[in-house]
Amino acid sequence: MIKVDRTKADGMYAAISEKMPLFIPVKSAGEVNYAPWEKGADVSLDTLKTVKSAKDFFFPQSETMMRFKAEGKKIEIIDDRKEVAPFVIFGVRGCDYRSFDILDKVFLQEPVDTYYKERRDAAVIVTMACAKPEESCFCSVFGIDSADPKGDVTCYADDKYLYFKSNTDKGAKLMEIIGAFGTEGGEKEVEAQKKNTREIMEKLPFTHLDLSVFKPENLNKLFASEEWASLSEACLGCGTCTFVCPTCQCFDIRDFKTNDGVIRFRCWDSCMYSDFTQMAAANSRTTQLQRYRQRFMHKLVYYPSQYGGTYSCVGCGRCVNKCPQRLNIVKVIKRLGDKEND
Amino acid sequence: MINEHLIPSIGVITDIRRDTPDVKTFRVLGLDGKKPFEHKPGQCAMLSVPGVGEAMFSITSSPTNEEFMEFSIKKCGCLTEVLHSLEVGQQVTVRGPYGKNFPVEGEFKGKDLLFIAGGIGLAPLRSVINYVRHYRKNYGKVVIVYGARSMDDLVDINEIKTEWMNEPDFNVYLTIDRPQEGWDGHVGFVPAYVKELGLDPTMTAVLCGPPIMIKFTLQGLLELGFDKSRVYTTLELRMKCGIGKCGRCNVGDKFVCKDGPVFRMDELDELPDEY
Ligand SMILES: Cc1cc2nc3c(=O)[nH]c(=O)nc-3n(C[C@H](O)[C@H](O)[C@H](O)COP(=O)(O)OP(=O)(O)OC[C@H]3O[C@@H](n4cnc5c(N)ncnc54)[C@H](O)[C@@H]3O)c2cc1C
Ligand code: SF4
Ligand code: SF4
Ligand code: FES
Repeated sequence: MIKVDRTKADGMYAAISEKMPLFIPVKSAGEVNYAPWEKGADVSLDTLKTVKSAKDFFFPQSETMMRFKAEGKKIEIIDDRKEVAPFVIFGVRGCDYRSFDILDKVFLQEPVDTYYKERRDAAVIVTMACAKPEESCFCSVFGIDSADPKGDVTCYADDKYLYFKSNTDKGAKLMEIIGAFGTEGGEKEVEAQKKNTREIMEKLPFTHLDLSVFKPENLNKLFASEEWASLSEACLGCGTCTFVCPTCQCFDIRDFKTNDGVIRFRCWDSCMYSDFTQMAAANSRTTQLQRYRQRFMHKLVYYPSQYGGTYSCVGCGRCVNKCPQRLNIVKVIKRLGDKEND
Repeated sequence: MINEHLIPSIGVITDIRRDTPDVKTFRVLGLDGKKPFEHKPGQCAMLSVPGVGEAMFSITSSPTNEEFMEFSIKKCGCLTEVLHSLEVGQQVTVRGPYGKNFPVEGEFKGKDLLFIAGGIGLAPLRSVINYVRHYRKNYGKVVIVYGARSMDDLVDINEIKTEWMNEPDFNVYLTIDRPQEGWDGHVGFVPAYVKELGLDPTMTAVLCGPPIMIKFTLQGLLELGFDKSRVYTTLELRMKCGIGKCGRCNVGDKFVCKDGPVFRMDELDELPDEY
């Protein structure tokens, strides 16, 4: 383990970013989000949740997939993707780190989505252990240990030091750079911190949510629950919950005409929108109740049924913090857990 | 180029046939003059006109057709309207095949088969029917009930009249919704016709058409004694990726693009009623 004095952190960021692009939580206009590190950046390593999750790195909000040129009756398809150069994502919390597994199951399952895979392979991930989980956190419900996330390198922080531990070959390479800014040591402090974090976690309001009712065999029973009506009543269908969610993965594919041919791009979409399932003559989800139910059934029942039991929620609490109507997955879990558990 | 499923290949339209006032059948080949790819009966493909959009269509030609691939397309929105305006020689893009096929080499083998279609619902069935004709000895007798709004709306009536109706052990029943001059065949809706025909409930049935037709026809079949585990249909939901990733076409924990579009009625019963 390498221990780096926080006063030396900027030098370390500079050294890493000389080798490859470094993305790190940066405060800008009052919000903390991942941004490329540059000299003078207001790095905010202690922020637990960036507004946008880290999924953007692999599944960006919008990306060009291909271009088309047409001449007469002929069409040319152009895939001019460049090779993705290695880059570092610094400061990924345990919840967001788990979200990569959840996205992997979708995008890396055959047929592999190469847009996603190229970026996923190029990334070196430095996770960040949580020292002070907050009230909206409930990652532990999904078996995530925020005190000790994995990734290529794990970073633990206290007020004075950053501690680094490498977990993979990629991580070991990065440690060669980090090593120059610190000294060996810190195991004892880190162990104490882990214990402390786990104790805090244990006492948070949502950590004892009961998921037992959410299993594939209850799919139809949960779908038919009377509770969806009141749970979804206030939903505006704004889609905020889906955009901030690290595991929401629905996308749209669209064409855009430019002066120089057509660009086909994909962008995030939301099952909360009324036109998401609109077809020429019919729509399979015409009410907000149906769309609301879809989002949470997907997270808690459909996804686990499709992908070997893993829930598609990491308990990051972003939807808890961001919904303008104070709706969220915790309320769904509690209510259905209470009402539908025999 | 990297092998990416969402990147289509070029398809050339080599023939366009007007079937009905709002359905045209397009013949599509790859740039090399061959079929764009192999498929199985019931599978679909994504066609697109760049700048307009991409959408899913059943491959209506049979896999046994080694020369070309065909799509019967109903005009109903942006893309389909542009497709209908295209001329022979125009290039489009095509990717696929997608979805599960009808079990022509599984449950269908050796069975008497009943095909029931309404309107454009014939598109996916045409592929299976011609497959069955090609491997005729592998299947029992075949009954086809096909209906449309009017006699002008029957898709591919030429092939039906000149080929299917002359096939040994093929019984083809046509019907149109309302009486029409020049039509001396049956008049009435498909579900009612199916009941009138008093079909043998031991046949394996395949139903394709508008949801309302499927619903009532299924009721009729059940009344005749058909078992849901031997009735198949296809679902149609909005699709974008075709490969189970964009999250758009699910019914419960199934993606129609990947786990469908072919479903058995007893499988559908297990899913939430949201399609
Ligand atoms: C498995 C499967 C098989 C099919 N097989 C056939 C077949 O064999 N033959 C056939 O004719 N059809 C078939 N279809 C239906 C076919 O896919 C639709 O008719 C086609 O998508 C219509 O496309 P369009 O662009 O013409 O209509 P659209 O213009 O897309 O209109 C459809 C609806 O989508 C909405 N919409 C369109 N674009 C957008 C946008 N950019 N943003 C938001 N909303 C939008 C519109 O509001 C409209 O209500 C099949 C569908 C599926 C799923
Ligand atoms: S559903 Fe809410 S708590 Fe769960 S991962 Fe998404 S944003 Fe986080
Ligand atoms: S649950 Fe909240 S954030 Fe999500 S769409 Fe509804 S109102 Fe918007
Ligand atoms: S069309 Fe994308 S998941 Fe089915």
